[in-house]
This record gives sequence, structure tokens and C-alpha cells, in this order.
Amino acid sequence: MQGNRVIGEAAIRAGCRFYAGYPITPQNELTEYMAENLRKVDGGTFIQAESEIAAINMVLGASAAGARAMTSSSSPGISLKQEGISAMAADELPAVIVNIMRGSPGLGNILPSQGDYFQATRGGGHGDYRTMVLAPASVQELADLTMDAFDLADRYRNPVMILADAMIGQMMEPLVFRKPQQRQYDDSYMLKGAGQGRSRFIRGLILDAIRMEEHNWKLYRKYQVITNKEIRHETFKTDDADVLIVAYGTAARIAKGAIKRCREMGIRVGLIRPITLWPYPSEVIKRFSEKVETFIVFEMSTGQMLEDVRLALGGAGTIHFYGRPGGVIPTPVELARFIEHHTKNSWDRGSQ
Amino acid sequence: MTNPLKKGRITINFERCKECHLCVYACKNGHIQPAADYNSKGYRPVVFCGGEDCTGCTLCAITCPEIAIEVYRE
Amino acid sequence: MMKKIFGRPQYLKDSIFHYCAGCGHSIAHRLIAEVIEELNIRGRTIGVPPAGCAVLAYNYFDIDMLEAMHGRGCATATGIKRTLPDRIVFSYQGDGDLAAIGTAETFHAANRGENITVFFINNAVYGMTGGQMAPTTLLGQFSTTSAPARNAILDGHPIRMSEILSHLEGTKYIERCAVNTPSNILKARRAIKKAFQYQMDDVGFTLVELLSQCPTNWKMTPIDACRWVDETMARTFPLGVIKDIRTKG
Repeated sequence: MQGNRVIGEAAIRAGCRFYAGYPITPQNELTEYMAENLRKVDGGTFIQAESEIAAINMVLGASAAGARAMTSSSSPGISLKQEGISAMAADELPAVIVNIMRGSPGLGNILPSQGDYFQATRGGGHGDYRTMVLAPASVQELADLTMDAFDLADRYRNPVMILADAMIGQMMEPLVFRKPQQRQYDDSYMLKGAGQGRSRFIRGLILDAIRMEEHNWKLYRKYQVITNKEIRHETFKTDDADVLIVAYGTAARIAKGAIKRCREMGIRVGLIRPITLWPYPSEVIKRFSEKVETFIVFEMSTGQMLEDVRLALGGAGTIHFYGRPGGVIPTPVELARFIEHHTKNSWDRGSQ
Repeated sequence: MTNPLKKGRITINFERCKECHLCVYACKNGHIQPAADYNSKGYRPVVFCGGEDCTGCTLCAITCPEIAIEVYRE
Repeated sequence: MMKKIFGRPQYLKDSIFHYCAGCGHSIAHRLIAEVIEELNIRGRTIGVPPAGCAVLAYNYFDIDMLEAMHGRGCATATGIKRTLPDRIVFSYQGDGDLAAIGTAETFHAANRGENITVFFINNAVYGMTGGQMAPTTLLGQFSTTSAPARNAILDGHPIRMSEILSHLEGTKYIERCAVNTPSNILKARRAIKKAFQYQMDDVGFTLVELLSQCPTNWKMTPIDACRWVDETMARTFPLGVIKDIRTKG
């Protein structure tokens, strides 16, 4: 099944009942899938909004009213949503936001890229908030992480972003949809009308500085809890590695192909694949630096996650960076050549 | 001759009044006038001085933004 | 024995309005609260305040309220109403919120015929931020960003949103009222009640535009500001029913 459609199906199975989106390549199949299928579900609402801005604000309203709500877009459209995402973080409302990254900046192109890492992990919008970022590397993982995203959004009452790219969105792979969990949440935050009781309001405006500060620290503590509990990563052939690649998403898939080739050449290279980009598996990388000297950060960008790796290593090890921005899809062969060029024993390589 | 109009009376909340005077303008009989004193916010509120002649028409209360006026009628 | 025939509506909290003396917001708030009480819908009404002077509306209305980002009230209200269709959902927006930054959201919610009610508080300026030009600032009217006065060539003409929206099939009832005289206030109250009733009857998108005096930014006394609404503002923004699907032939 196609990646984009898988997101839709996984969302519906996980109980998503509100979707607002705007067409933008390369994620249109997701919007269309929701249009066709969410309307068939009891209580499901699909709206093709007039813009990505309207869509995120509709999601804000639907989430406050108690729906599992989702919106999706691609790079420039995600830029448009930043105000709404910041608002939802301030209001502590759950939502799932899907970014199928494309060539950037500006209008860019419709090819896969990883140029929105900063946008996703460094807020993106204004203010001191964080969005959990999940980066799948396969269609199966896309399904699993989409379902997880709704649970995580509810658990922490915060927007959660799924950061994929045009490759993963467009490709087709077999998968199995797992059985979704029952929605568990404390629903006291929802606004459904005061009924017979006290009225409540949800707002982000806090004019008093001290109270605003308190709110910021409250969010900060929540993000600390998420950092302590929700980091996910995968390691591949790292046990005997001399060189470690750090890559996520499509880049990680390409890296695995490169690792296979390198291993055939006798280079012991492994992969650390962050699955949560925020919170970032810094400790994992740091620990590897005790055994491994050389790290190769591989991204389809000019180097964004690179900064998190540098932060994590704190000066330990040697970092090399290989990046192809703009929608170019790197090949395992070119990455393998780069790795070969930077490995310790490359001097005694015969001609290859 | 008995007054054919019902008798009315209003109360004006001294602290809520912001002296916009829309009620002064609304009451064509001049039953609302500025007070001699200021309230704690620094406004000089208005006070009811219509005595027995108020008909309880509620025009003053309807136009008061602060809902400072309550109207009573027989 | 005298009985009380006019007092504070039940569903306005006991707080004192932070609005300026003579401001139309205060009156609009009271009317909406009165109608909510009269229609007995308090428990199932959800309001969406704007960015602007009325951003703190939730400190006054004793109903559930959800803050929207600037201009996004109609989109936020759409999200709530589609999720909870049996609730009464209203968006309360100023002229910048509804007709400048929020034009697309307002236009498209109206076009989709979202079953929400929009209260459009038109005071021809940006109030909270200190009197800048609004989409509805009149030609020849002073504002801090169109000094000495709004000029058609530089600034364009004021926008009659109600008329524009009335051309969309999705809008079902649009009326322009004012809150500057008791008689206009009573008409406004009837319009607000009709708008809510249409929503309760699932008729479609309803909008009540309320010309609202802004003595502070118009630099007038409240009484002069109220007069200005009738004498000047209502010439560009005529009062009355602009569209009513139920009274069409």
C-alpha cells in the first residue's frame, strides 16, 4: 500500500475522526484518502480547507471539542501551519501533523528531501515549545508511528509531528496494520459546552508575566518527561562497527544499502537511526563515541541533524557530513564511496 | 389626576459607571445627572434624580454599556 | 410593589468590563448573554473570542470559550461545530480579525455554509492596537496608519463584508445592526436572537454585523461617537437585513 494512503488508513483505525487538509504534492494521496474514507466513518469529518492555515485552525477547534484530529501537508504548507501548532502547544491540545517533506526552501520542488528538520525539531513556530517528531523509514513504520502519534498526542496533550518525505509517501510496500489501542485520555480538558456546570475556557494569552512564565515552565517540565520516556531509535550492525552513520528516514534506508556494500569491502560500518527526532537520542550517540571514533552524518539536506549530532558528541569523535539537498535522491553507492573515503584503513585500500 | 404611566425607579451602580453619559442622553426627561463625587476608579458617575417621575422605560439601562443600571417598575 | 424589569444577564460573569466608556463591545456582550439566557442554550454554547479588544471575552461570558488565533475564528468554530454539531457555536470577531487577516477563513466558512453564527463587531479601526486603519475604515476617516485620512487611491475603499458574503449561497441570514441608540440596540438583540435560532434550526451560516462605537480611537466622547455611527458610519454601512433565506419569496 502506498505510504501516503497508509497514513490515512492507520489514522482512521486509530480513531482519527477529523481531518482538514489542503492539496499539496507529494502528499495529495493522503488528503484524497481521508476525503474518501473518513466520510464513510461514523462521526468522521473531512474538510478540504481553503488553506493550510485554515486547516490547522480547524484541527485546533476539533481537538478542543474532543476529536482525534489530524492535518497533513508538505514543507511550505507546514510553514504556514506554525502559528497554529504553537497555539496548540500553548493550549495543550493533542493533534497529529504530517509533513511529507519536499525540496526546499521556498516553493522548492516535489522530490524527497529532509530540509525541514530544523523546522520540525526547533519549534517551527514561535515560543518555547516542542513538538514530538517521529521519523519513519518504511511504510510499515509509517503505519505504526501514525497510530503511536495519536496516543502520544493524547498522553502528553501536545501536537505530534510525523516527518516523512516524498519517497516514503509515494512508495508502496507491504505492511500489517496492528490493532489500535483504546483511546485513553483525561478528557477534562475538552470543551463541549458548560452543561449544568461551570464554564471553562482554553486560551494561550496570559498577560501576567509571572503566570506566563509558570506556564512555560510547566510545558518545559512536560517536555522533560517526554525526553526521559519517549526517545526511540534503531541500531543496525553497530556491535563491531568502527564507523557509524547517523541518518533517519529515507536516508537511513539508503545508508543500509551503503553499509551492505561497505561490509562487503571489509569496512565495519553501522547505523544509528533516530526514530524520534525530538526528543533526540543524544545519549545513545554519546555512548557510542566511547568505542567509535568516526561518525558520518548523512542527510538529504545541507546539514541540519548534523547540529544535533555535534551537540550530542560534545566534541568527541570525528564527524563527517554527506548531504544531498534539493530533492536529489542519493544512492547507496555514492554513500559507500564517501564512507570508504573517510574510513581509517582507506589508505591501504587497493584500487576499487 | 393619576399618572397613567406606570411608576418606575432605577438604581445606578456607582462603582461600575464610567461616565460615558449615554444614559444621560437617552433619558429625555433629564432624570440622570452627573454626581458630585468620584468613584474609586476616578470616574465621576451619574446618579438618578428622577424621584417619582421615572416611568421605568429602561432606555437608560438598555444603552448603558456597563449594565450599571437596574430598572424597577410597578 | 416594584419588580425588577432590567438587570444583569445571568450568563455574564460579575466582572467589570475592561472596555472603554461607551464601547460597543460591552453592549454586544450583554445582548449575546441575554439571548443565550432567553433561548436557554448556555449549557451547549461554545464561543470563540477574537484577537483584539475582546480577546478577554472569556472573562465575561459564562459559557465555554476557545481562543482562536488572529483571524482564525471561523476556522476554529468550524472545527468545533463539525465535531459537536448539536452545540451552538459562535465566533465573535472585529473588523481586522474578520475582514483582513481572517478574510479567507470567514469567506470560506460562509461559502461552505458552516452552521455557525458570526458576530462581526465593526468599529472601523483596529482598536486594541491603538487605532490603525481597518478594512472598514471610512474614506476620509483618520487612522494612525492612514494619516491624514483614508484615501481611496492609497488605501482602497472600506469593505462591506456583509454584502459580499451575502452573495455566497452558503450564507443564510446576514443583518447589519448598531448598538449606538436604545432603538438600534433592541433591533440588534432581535437580530442576534434570530441568528442563534437559525443555527438551532440548522439553517446555515448566519452573521450579525454590529456597528460599534469606539470613542477612544475615534477621539470622540461616547455620545458623539454614537452620533457618528448614525450620521457617518451608517452611510457607508447601511443598517438592515442584507440577506434572510427564510423571508425570500
